Amino acid sequence: MEQHETISIRINGQHRRVPKGISIADLALELGLEPTRVAVERNLEIVPRSTLDEVRVEDGDDYEIVTFVGGG
Amino acid sequence: MALDERPDDGDWQVAGRSFTSRLIVGTGKYKDFAQNAAAVAASGAEIVTVAVRRVNISDPKQPMLMDFIDPAKITYLPNTAGCFTAEEAIRTLRLAREAGGWTLVKLEVLGEARTLYPDMVETLRATEILAKEGFEPMVYCADDPIAAKRLEEAGAVAIMPLGAPIGSGLGLQNEVMIRIMVEQSKVPVLVDAGVGTASDASVAMELGCDGVLMNTAIAEAKDPVMMARAMKLAVESGRLAYRAGRMGKRRYADPSSPLAGLI
Repeated sequence: MEQHETISIRINGQHRRVPKGISIADLALELGLEPTRVAVERNLEIVPRSTLDEVRVEDGDDYEIVTFVGGG
Repeated sequence: MALDERPDDGDWQVAGRSFTSRLIVGTGKYKDFAQNAAAVAASGAEIVTVAVRRVNISDPKQPMLMDFIDPAKITYLPNTAGCFTAEEAIRTLRLAREAGGWTLVKLEVLGEARTLYPDMVETLRATEILAKEGFEPMVYCADDPIAAKRLEEAGAVAIMPLGAPIGSGLGLQNEVMIRIMVEQSKVPVLVDAGVGTASDASVAMELGCDGVLMNTAIAEAKDPVMMARAMKLAVESGRLAYRAGRMGKRRYADPSSPLAGLI
């Protein structure tokens, strides 16, 4: 087994490899995002903000990470 | 809401929240966030509409709307602009609720890209589902009093008919229908879309609307900040004129000076 095993996931339509076992909150931080400013959908289901620290990223997960932008 | 049903004429209420400004402004199409923030300040708006979009994961450090317009001071009203089905709109608003915790949202479900006219079948379906999930949807809709009644029954907390196509700046094309909707509604009615200049906003308010929502009319003005102030004054003066009650119209002249005592 490799020392830093990675898994393959998709974020906003883009493929990424991330370390195995990280939480979604860690994933957001690794992406340079402020977890309190985004909403996360994992495999089409919303991940409540209060659980972002607990939920682990799994191989093959599909994420949508959104925030508020200017609009009419 | 009909005039005689309104408790007072200072603040207005939507879904139990009280606001002083009757102008809601969008946050799209501005040159930059600084200009957008200055326009919001000049407009006096207490509510801004915002869109929900994917974060830019390739460049996460670029400036964000929340850095310029503070959601703690200005109410963010998440909008479903760009959604063409009830499912897309509901998914967007569920995410919006998670991103900020808001239940007060603006629903719009569009029928086609060319006119951006609302699809009222999908809009009504989305309103029912959202209301059951605890959302308080303010709903963009056609200038259709019957559809508006259905929306109200389904749980819409505000009725928001278009005055003209989104982004067209044509001014209100449907004053008669908007007035009927104002008279019959028990929830606030706000004109959403179609305003081009200050007098258009006044027309909407003189019809008795509770407020006006606009984006392009300010963002695409040559001086957006000055136009924002013009819109603030137009909404206020239109509201005052509505409350004051305009004079009746006559077909011919009626002199303002007395006829008696002419030399």
